[in-house]
Order: sequence, then C-alpha cells, then structure tokens
Amino acid sequence: MTERIIIAVLYVILAPFVIGLLDGFDRKISARMQGRRGPSVLQPFFDLKKLFEKEFLTANKSQLFMIRSYLVFIVLSGILFFGGFDILLVVFSLSTAAMFLILASTSTHSPYSAQGTHRELVQIMSCEPMELLVAVGFYLATKTFNVNEIIAGSAISNIVYLPGFFVGFVFILTIKFRKSPFDIATSHHAHQEVIKGVTSEMVGKEYGMVTLAEWYENAILLGIVGLFFLNSNPVSIVGAIIAILVVWFLEILIDNTSARVKWQLMLKLAWGVTIIAAGMNLFLLEIIMG
Amino acid sequence: MSTIHKSPWLLHYDGSSCNGCDIEVLACTTPVYDVERFGVINTGNPMHADIFLITGGINSQNESVVKQIYEQMPQPKVVIAVGTCACTGGIFKECYNIKGGADTVIPVDIYVPGCAARPESIIDGVVKGVALFKEKAEALKAAEK
Ligand code: SF4
Repeated sequence: MTERIIIAVLYVILAPFVIGLLDGFDRKISARMQGRRGPSVLQPFFDLKKLFEKEFLTANKSQLFMIRSYLVFIVLSGILFFGGFDILLVVFSLSTAAMFLILASTSTHSPYSAQGTHRELVQIMSCEPMELLVAVGFYLATKTFNVNEIIAGSAISNIVYLPGFFVGFVFILTIKFRKSPFDIATSHHAHQEVIKGVTSEMVGKEYGMVTLAEWYENAILLGIVGLFFLNSNPVSIVGAIIAILVVWFLEILIDNTSARVKWQLMLKLAWGVTIIAAGMNLFLLEIIMG
Repeated sequence: MSTIHKSPWLLHYDGSSCNGCDIEVLACTTPVYDVERFGVINTGNPMHADIFLITGGINSQNESVVKQIYEQMPQPKVVIAVGTCACTGGIFKECYNIKGGADTVIPVDIYVPGCAARPESIIDGVVKGVALFKEKAEALKAAEK
C-alpha cells in the first residue's frame, strides 16, 4: 500500500514537470520539422508562469470555481490511476472533470466559447466510447479492472491480447491531445478559426490552471499507453516508457503533417476506428477467452 | 527571478492598412524570421495577449474595436504600432474617414516606422516591447506590494 501511495504522490508532484518538458520538446521538434529553430524546451513553463502573473479579468466569477474543480477532478483521476485503483473509475472521473470544463466555458456568453464548447462536446462524444472500451478490454484480458492487479496478474504484456484496443486508443489520443487534424475545440497553434474555443474567455490564472489540468490528464493518458506494455516483470517498465515516447513522437508527426478536419469527419473516423479495431479485438477475445 | 518576458503572446490587429504591413508581420512567423524562438505566440485572443500589435490607421469604424481589444487585454500589456499608418495615419492621413495613428484612441508604447515596416524592424520593435513588458510587470508587482 505504501508503494501505491508513493507513486500517487510522485504523480502529483512530477507529472507537470515531465509533461511540460515533453511539451517543450514537442514545440522544438515541431519547429525543426517546419525548418525553424523554435523556442527553448522550457517554454511551456515560462508560458505557465506568466499566465499566473497576469491580471485576473474574469467575465464570470463562477468560472474560476468550475476550473478549479476541473483541475481537482483530473488530479484525482490521476491519483486513482497511478495509485493502482479501478481503471473504470478513472474513466468516469475523467468525464466528470470534462463536465466542469464545459460548465466553465459555458458560464460566459462569448460566441467563441459557445462554438468551442459545442465542438468540445463532439470531441468528448468521439473519445468516450474508446476510453470505456479500453477499460473493458483490460477486464476481458485480465478479469479485473484494478490497475495494480492488471499489472501484477499479467505474465505477458496485455498488448498481445489487445492490439485492436491499442490502435483505437492511440487514434483517439490525437483528439485528446488536441492535435491536428482534430484540434477543433481549441487551437494550439496560430490557427485562429475559433480563436481559442473553450478557453477563449479564460484569463490569466484560469488559463494557467486549464493548461496544468491538461498536463495532468496527458500524464494519465500516456500512463494508459504504458499499461498496455506493463506486466508482472519490472523490466517491462522500460518497454512501457519506449512505447510512450514512440506514441508521443507519432502524435507530433501526425500534428505536423495533417490539416484540421471538420467535426463530422472526426466523429465518423473516431467511431469507425473504435468499432473496427476495438470491436474486432473484443469479438476475438470473447471467442478465445470464452 | 521574473521570466515573464520570455513568454510574450502577440495579438495582431489590422486597422485600415493597405495589407503591406500585415504581410510583413506574418513574415515574422515564417521559418526565415521565426519569432517563436523568442517565445512569441501569435494568438487571436485579446484575453491571452500581452502585446498588442496594430497595423494601419484608425478610422471611425474600427475605433471602438481597437478600444475594446485594448480593454480586454489583462495587465501588464504593451502596444506596438507597426508601419507609418499606425504611427501617424501615413499615406491615408488626409482621408475623410481617418482619425490618425493608433495613439489617437489608445496609448501606444512603441512606434515602428516604415512603409511597409520591414520584418527586421518589426522584430526589433517586438524585442523592445518585450523589454518594456518586463518593466511593466515588475512595476505592477511593486505596486501590488
Ligand atoms: S505603412 Fe505603408 S505598407 Fe504599412 S499599411 Fe500603411 S501604406 Fe501599407
């Protein structure tokens, strides 16, 4: 138990640094792919720090409360995941957090927020089935939802049983990370079509907290990528870390080589991949595991 | 140590310019000039912006828009007028609808002359703006204490 508590505490302390740094490398690598020098790898931290130093001009006082709740629920989900609790609970807790983000962005009356919120809901709709299915997949392969038992009870990595689930999950990660072609609810780069979508009306520290919450969430998502590769042998951690880095690089590559699509196509693609990849895998697992 | 100057996010607004200066501003974000290496992000959202970059003069229609954008930007903030038009009204100064440069409606901190302003001088202006941004942030902090 103490070990689980230590890992959860480490998550709370280290996740922002690790993901912030990965984000910095993301911007550097993206710049190099575009033939630019790019900012320092510490740039995401400079940005975050500045956001907390700016004047706080909010349009609606309740927005700050919603955003704080969003951050708290994301961190809670992370504690549940890295503490080795129920993965199904993690998925539900993440969707509760997402509801707070929606409430925060709809608490103002900006048309850009409204547009962004609408798209954010479509994004949630695209990703949610796959997230749930991942939990189901782990259950079918290991007969437990408990993250700790999933790792301890697997003699070989679950990727062997769940390749379709893995493909489907990596696909929705592009949406989750708000990367092109699916960065439709808010724009990460200089695209200014919906200005900043859901985050349009979030000023200074509010936007800072949303950024921080996204880092915490990305840590969980990358953790789930790692979970596919972890087994009872501690050496598998190396494999998991390599898999996470490969997936991260793949996302950067996709981001830099594709243009944004409309939400209709995103929904069709996400559900298509979910049904085909995860559905087939589910079907086969049912047959084999009976 | 304050690192606020390492993250200056830019908002570009085109007043009544001929688009010459706008193209030069955009050129700054291309691989040749790459302003992102200074941490600059070209944002479209005044609420996230630190530096307000105006090209073109002020006319009776965009006057209220410029004022609103300025007011929506949280402190500390810096205003840079890019191009002769934004500095004084430039070639359009005598037109019936032109009020003059950006400083006729909001306080301008830095003037970048040129018709069109060259990317090098725009970057020069932005770098000066960033230094001022840091100064203003420190002044704001001192005032809070
Ligand atoms: S300064 Fe010259 S190039 Fe720039 S907007 Fe005015 S007329 Fe156009």
